[in-house]
Amino acid sequence: MIAEFGLASLWLAASLAALQLVAAWLGQREGGETLARVVRPAAVVQALLCGLAFLMLLWVFARTDLSVLLVAENSHSEKPMIFKIAGAWGNHEGSMLLWVSIMALAGGLIALIEHRLPERTMLATLGAQAFVGLGFYAFLLFASNPFARLAVPPAEGNGLNPLLQDIGLAMHPPTLYMGYVGLSIAFSFAVGALLTRNVTPEFAKVMRPWILGAWIFLTLGITAGSYWAYYELGWGGWWFWDPVENASLMPWLAATALLHSASVLASRDALRTWTIMLGVIAFSMSMIGTFLVRSGILTSVHAFAVDPTRGSFILALLAINIGGALALFAVRAGTIAEGERFAPLSREGALVINNVALSAVLGIVLLGTLYPLITEAFGLRVSVGPPYFNPVSAVFVFPMLLVLAVGPLLRWRRDRFVRIKAPVVAIAGAGVAVLLVMWLIAGLALLPLLGVSLAAVVAVAAFLPLRGRSLRRLPLPVWGMAIAHFGVAVALFGMSVDTAFTAEKLTAAGVGDTIAVGPWQVRLSAVEPVAGPNWTALQGRLSASYEGGAEHLLTPQSRTFWAPPQTTSESALLTRWNGQLYTVVGGATEDGRWQLRLWWKPFVTFIWFGGALIALGGLLALIGRVTGDVRRRIATRKIAARHAEVAR
Amino acid sequence: MSAGFKPKHQRLVLVILALVAILAAGALAAWALKNQASYFYIPSEIVAHPPAADRAVRLGGMVKAGSLKTAPDGVTMHFLVDDGKGQVPVTFAGIAPDLFKEGSGVVAEGHMVAGTFVADNLLAKHDENYVPRELKDMSEHQAKQTVEQTK
Repeated sequence: MIAEFGLASLWLAASLAALQLVAAWLGQREGGETLARVVRPAAVVQALLCGLAFLMLLWVFARTDLSVLLVAENSHSEKPMIFKIAGAWGNHEGSMLLWVSIMALAGGLIALIEHRLPERTMLATLGAQAFVGLGFYAFLLFASNPFARLAVPPAEGNGLNPLLQDIGLAMHPPTLYMGYVGLSIAFSFAVGALLTRNVTPEFAKVMRPWILGAWIFLTLGITAGSYWAYYELGWGGWWFWDPVENASLMPWLAATALLHSASVLASRDALRTWTIMLGVIAFSMSMIGTFLVRSGILTSVHAFAVDPTRGSFILALLAINIGGALALFAVRAGTIAEGERFAPLSREGALVINNVALSAVLGIVLLGTLYPLITEAFGLRVSVGPPYFNPVSAVFVFPMLLVLAVGPLLRWRRDRFVRIKAPVVAIAGAGVAVLLVMWLIAGLALLPLLGVSLAAVVAVAAFLPLRGRSLRRLPLPVWGMAIAHFGVAVALFGMSVDTAFTAEKLTAAGVGDTIAVGPWQVRLSAVEPVAGPNWTALQGRLSASYEGGAEHLLTPQSRTFWAPPQTTSESALLTRWNGQLYTVVGGATEDGRWQLRLWWKPFVTFIWFGGALIALGGLLALIGRVTGDVRRRIATRKIAARHAEVAR
Repeated sequence: MSAGFKPKHQRLVLVILALVAILAAGALAAWALKNQASYFYIPSEIVAHPPAADRAVRLGGMVKAGSLKTAPDGVTMHFLVDDGKGQVPVTFAGIAPDLFKEGSGVVAEGHMVAGTFVADNLLAKHDENYVPRELKDMSEHQAKQTVEQTK
């Protein structure tokens, strides 16, 4: 009954989306005011219904209702409750329903609260949101029904991939989806602005909190995904340039560019068409990412749908949405009036370089990700990995970081170099000093060397815009910028130092043996069997001491799950302020020793701290913008009330 | 330069800047892809035309039954990868994936050094749902190869 209820809600939500689209379309015409009034309520009710459908799915998963196909295929009655619920989106159909629900909720929210733009533009925006939404509703209802029933329920479900039975991972898809789908709002606003030829600073201000919100979630999602891959896969790496990782990186790059160009548009009324273009591209990247990941074109733990009709369906959706938006852009871009001008040496100039560099990196990642697909069409099998991505993106990222250091010091519109000479010399000095020290003493390779030096440059530069200003009166968005830029430096420092100084030891050890790795002495004191709720494991007991200090216990495991049957390595980590000891236990050798893989990874945690700082910076900026908007709204209302009083 | 651009010229300058950057990025990417993409080989191909030692490639085939030996250090493995028409010795130091065993398929990433494939990484079947793409299509790929060679 619950599944049918969910399905009915979904159908109703889809029909409301259709109503929303038609009403927004016809409401634009003369005499369409009555229809136009339907659009906002339709968006809100659609959001509620879609949310309801998603709750119903959670419910059938929580009860392990095995008569629902999706539950039978992906769940198991002996799973912990949290993974039963998380299992709802740990599969293709459920994750698509999550996608559509977030999209509907975001659309409902703008319909409810956004009143600053001309109503015509809002109608067009909500119409665009409904159009994109309809495509995904159709995909769910016709090609991926999450509520399909089984005629004969099985006695037990298939279980969830053990790799996915992890709390961090349970939260990973919703986080990323908030980011992906949040960008759909920017997309719809861009389409709405193009349709009504209304690109103003006000438009950028309305769009900005949405971009910021989506961007924060993307940042968190990517950071968490990287940490998950790091500790769960047991390979000791934190970024593999896996197509799935790239699929989340590409929207992030586009959203980062969009965030910066929207701030130019909001503050200075420049970069109008460019901002619109980025709005279209950012969500297009989200959709391309979804297509790559979900279509089964790329093989990975994330590829659920190996059904070719689904792949073609998503491809068609992609072509309609992206192609349509780009065609609209091509037709309308010329009619958007030129914005304000600015000198090359100005805040805008620096942000233009930031945008161009981010777009170039986006292009590089996109090309590298698609290249294997392209060559495969010609019968050539290749894979593209770090030897391509690292140096080629560094060519654009490193200069961009230099601009990141200097840009925030510049004034809007035009500036003179003399004015910023002193701080620039200080920044450059810090960079060169670190470069020389690292080069002469540590003899680093080129990329880590440049990385560490640039991290110093950006770290120093991040807080320079705050100098000479009253810290207590500093607006939150400025704090946000400083902290996010500092986060970039922290993450870059972690990446470079880890790449340069990681110590690795791979060996087979007998019980009682001691192994040295970096500054650590690690003793294998025992190997014992342990059991969990749905697995058994061989667990190594390792005593580790840092430079002869106190001993710490680490217990890496080699786990065997029975539903579905599979073995995974559970790494054990020991975190110090200056790095992590990473241990993995493998199998037994013929002579009774145990395979051990140990890493000392100095400052590796800074990578994720940096990511968290970037997200925190975004959050501060978002809070600053939203409270600013609310305050302004209250003020306008007060003024209006006073006017009314005076008039009386 | 001054802020004396006419608006139209400024837009033009920006467009040209963006185009140049995108072309540069594209050219660089194309050049790097040509040199850095790692090609997929099967044993008979890699024996006939061994790639340069500094070039990262992928090798796919079956782990030949009875060929798997572990070195005295307990972590270095030697085995033969076979495609029915040729075989190549592979060495790998590390913890092998759980489903890596004799007689089953494997994709190895690494370099060809003096007639031996030195693997940095082994990809094996993770579970029923996660099969490296090269592995899943291997038989079909081999069939195509055979057809091409007998033509």
